[in-house]
Amino acid sequence: MAILLEVTDLHTHFSTPFGTVKAVNGITYTVNEGETVAIVGESGCGKSVGALSIMGLIADPPGKIENGHIRFMGEDLLTLTDEQLRRLRGRRLAMIFQEPMTSLNPLLTIGRQLCESLQTHLGYTRTEAVNRAAELLAMVGIADGGRRLKQYPHHLSGGMRQRIMIALALACEPKLIIADEPTTALDVTIQAQILELMKALTRRLNVALILITHNLGVVARYADRVNVMYAGKIVETGTARQVYALPSHPYTLGLMRSVPRVDQARLQRLIPIPGQPPDLTRLGRGCSYGPRCDFKTDRCDDESPSLVETAAGQCSACWNTKAVADSLGGGS
Amino acid sequence: MVTWIVATLVFFMLRAVPGDPLVAMLFDVGDPAAAEELRQKYGLDRPLFIQYVKWCGLLLQGDMGRSIYGSRVPVSTIIIEALPRTISLALLAFAIAIGIAIPAGIIAALRKNSFLDHATTLLAFLGLSMPDFWLAIMLIIVFAANLHWLPAIGYVPISQGVWPWLKHLILPAIAAGTAFSAIIARMIRSSMLEVIKTDYIQVARAKGLRKNTITLVHALPNALIPVITVMGIAFALLMATTVVIENVFSIKGLGRVLIQGILNRDYPVVQGAILVVSMIFIFINLLVDILYTVIDPRIRFE
Repeated sequence: MAILLEVTDLHTHFSTPFGTVKAVNGITYTVNEGETVAIVGESGCGKSVGALSIMGLIADPPGKIENGHIRFMGEDLLTLTDEQLRRLRGRRLAMIFQEPMTSLNPLLTIGRQLCESLQTHLGYTRTEAVNRAAELLAMVGIADGGRRLKQYPHHLSGGMRQRIMIALALACEPKLIIADEPTTALDVTIQAQILELMKALTRRLNVALILITHNLGVVARYADRVNVMYAGKIVETGTARQVYALPSHPYTLGLMRSVPRVDQARLQRLIPIPGQPPDLTRLGRGCSYGPRCDFKTDRCDDESPSLVETAAGQCSACWNTKAVADSLGGGS
Repeated sequence: MVTWIVATLVFFMLRAVPGDPLVAMLFDVGDPAAAEELRQKYGLDRPLFIQYVKWCGLLLQGDMGRSIYGSRVPVSTIIIEALPRTISLALLAFAIAIGIAIPAGIIAALRKNSFLDHATTLLAFLGLSMPDFWLAIMLIIVFAANLHWLPAIGYVPISQGVWPWLKHLILPAIAAGTAFSAIIARMIRSSMLEVIKTDYIQVARAKGLRKNTITLVHALPNALIPVITVMGIAFALLMATTVVIENVFSIKGLGRVLIQGILNRDYPVVQGAILVVSMIFIFINLLVDILYTVIDPRIRFE
C-alpha cells in the first residue's frame, strides 16, 4: 500500500498570555491509502490540533506550526501557498467535525452547502451539482434527497446532519478524510450507525480515514492502526489488534483499564488514571506521563523517551516497556 | 394603536408648551381684539378636550386640518410637499451609511487588531462624537464654499434629473449618515468576530471555499441578523438627525416644517408632521421584522 500522508516531527504551538502551549509536540506517523488510522487520547492531548494542522486551519495568530513536515500525495503541505492549500481542502482532504448541530450554516439550504463544494472544486454547473448532491445523500442513507436538498439545517436531527457532513466530506471524492470525534455529540444508537456508514463508505471508495476519538471501543472495531497521544506526543502506535491485546505503554494500559470491556468479568472494578494531564505550557524534560505512571523509574524524570519498536509494527515511548509487558503477562 | 398614542401625546404636549399661535402671528400688531376674533375662528377658545375630540374625528377621516399660520394651507399639502425631501435625504443617508459601514465593519473584523482595524475604530468614534450640525457646517465650508464642488443649500426634485437631485443631497446625506454609519460599522465588526469563530465557518474553510465566498455568503448574512435589529432603532436617530440637517442645508423637508411649526405654535402642522414621522418609524420597524424572515429561514412561516 502506498503512503498517502506522512507527518514528520510536527510541532504546533499556541502563544497565549500564560506562555506557549505546545499542543502538538513532535508527532510522526503515516497513513496509507484507504487505511483507517485512529488517534486516541484524552481531551487536550493535541488530537484535534494535529488534525487542523494537516488541514491548514490553525489560526495564526495565536497558533503556529513551528516545525515539521506534512507530506500528502507527495507534496509538503506546509510549503504550499494559501491558495494551493485551499484547492486541496475539500477536494483531496476533507474533514468531519465533532458538532453536527453547529457545523452547518443555518441560513443556507442543505443543497446549497453540498453544491458549493462541487461547483468550487469540480467546476460543476448548478444542475450537475444538484444531481450529484442528491446521489450523495442517497449514498449516506438519506432518502428523499430532492426534498432534503431544499431544507435548512434546523429541519434535520443531529444524526441526519452528521450524515450530511459525511456527504459533504465525500462530495469531491477526497483521498483522506479526517473525522474529529464524529460521533461524540450523537446518541449512542446513532453513533454506531454513523461509524458503520463511514467505515463502509471509506472502504468502498478507497478513502483513507483518520479517526480522532477518545473512545477505545470505536478504535477496536473500526481502525486498522492506532496512534495513542498524550500531552502532544504519540506514546504508542501499532495495529488495533496489537494495541488492544498487548498495550506496551502505561498510558494505553491505563486507558484500557478505565473503560468497561465486554470480555471481562462484570464485577471487575474500573481503574481510573490518577491525576490530571500536564500543563502544556510547562513540560519538563522527563516523560510527561511520569507523574501519573505506575511504572515510573528515576530515568523517567530526567529523559523523555522516544518511540521504540516493541513488536513488529508496534512502537512505544516508554523506558519500562518490559515492566508493562510483565504486568500484563502475570497480572490479569 | 401606537399612532393614536403618539397623536394624543403630541396634542397635549404641544398645548402644554407656553406660548400661543396668535401671539406669534400677531406679534407686531398688538391688538387683543383681533387676536380674540381669530382665536374664535380657529376654535382655539374652546376647551382643550373638545379641541382634541374634534381633531381626532377629523384625523380619522384623513383630514389633518389646516395651518393656522399664514395662508391656511391644508396640513396634508404641506406634508406631501415636504415628505419626498425628507425621504430622499433619509434614504440617501442610509445608503451611504450602510455602503461605508458594511465594508468597514467586515475589514475591521477580518483584520482584527491591524492598522486598518484601529483606523476604522478611531473614525467610528470620531463620527459618533462629532455633532451632526457641526459636521454639516464643515462640509459646507470645505466642499461648497471653498471647493465649489457641490451646492451648499436647497433641494431639487428627482423629476428634474437624478444628478441635480443627488448633487444637492450628497452633503446633507453624509452629514446625517455619519453617526449612523459609525454605529453600524462597530456592530458589524463585533458581530462578524462572533460569527467567524463558529463551527460552520470552520467547516466552510475546510471545504476549501474561496475567502470571499466564506465572508460574503457564509459569514455576513449571519452577522447581519443582530445588526438589523439595531438598524431599526438607529433609524430613529437618523430621522432625528435629518431634522437638524434639513435646517442647516435649508431643505424644506419634514424637519424644517416641524421646526417652523413649533416656532409659530402652528398646532395642526406640528401634530401632522409628528404623526407622519411616527408612522414612518413604525413602518421601518415592520420592514425590519420582514427583513428577518428574508435572511433567517428559522423564523419563516412554513
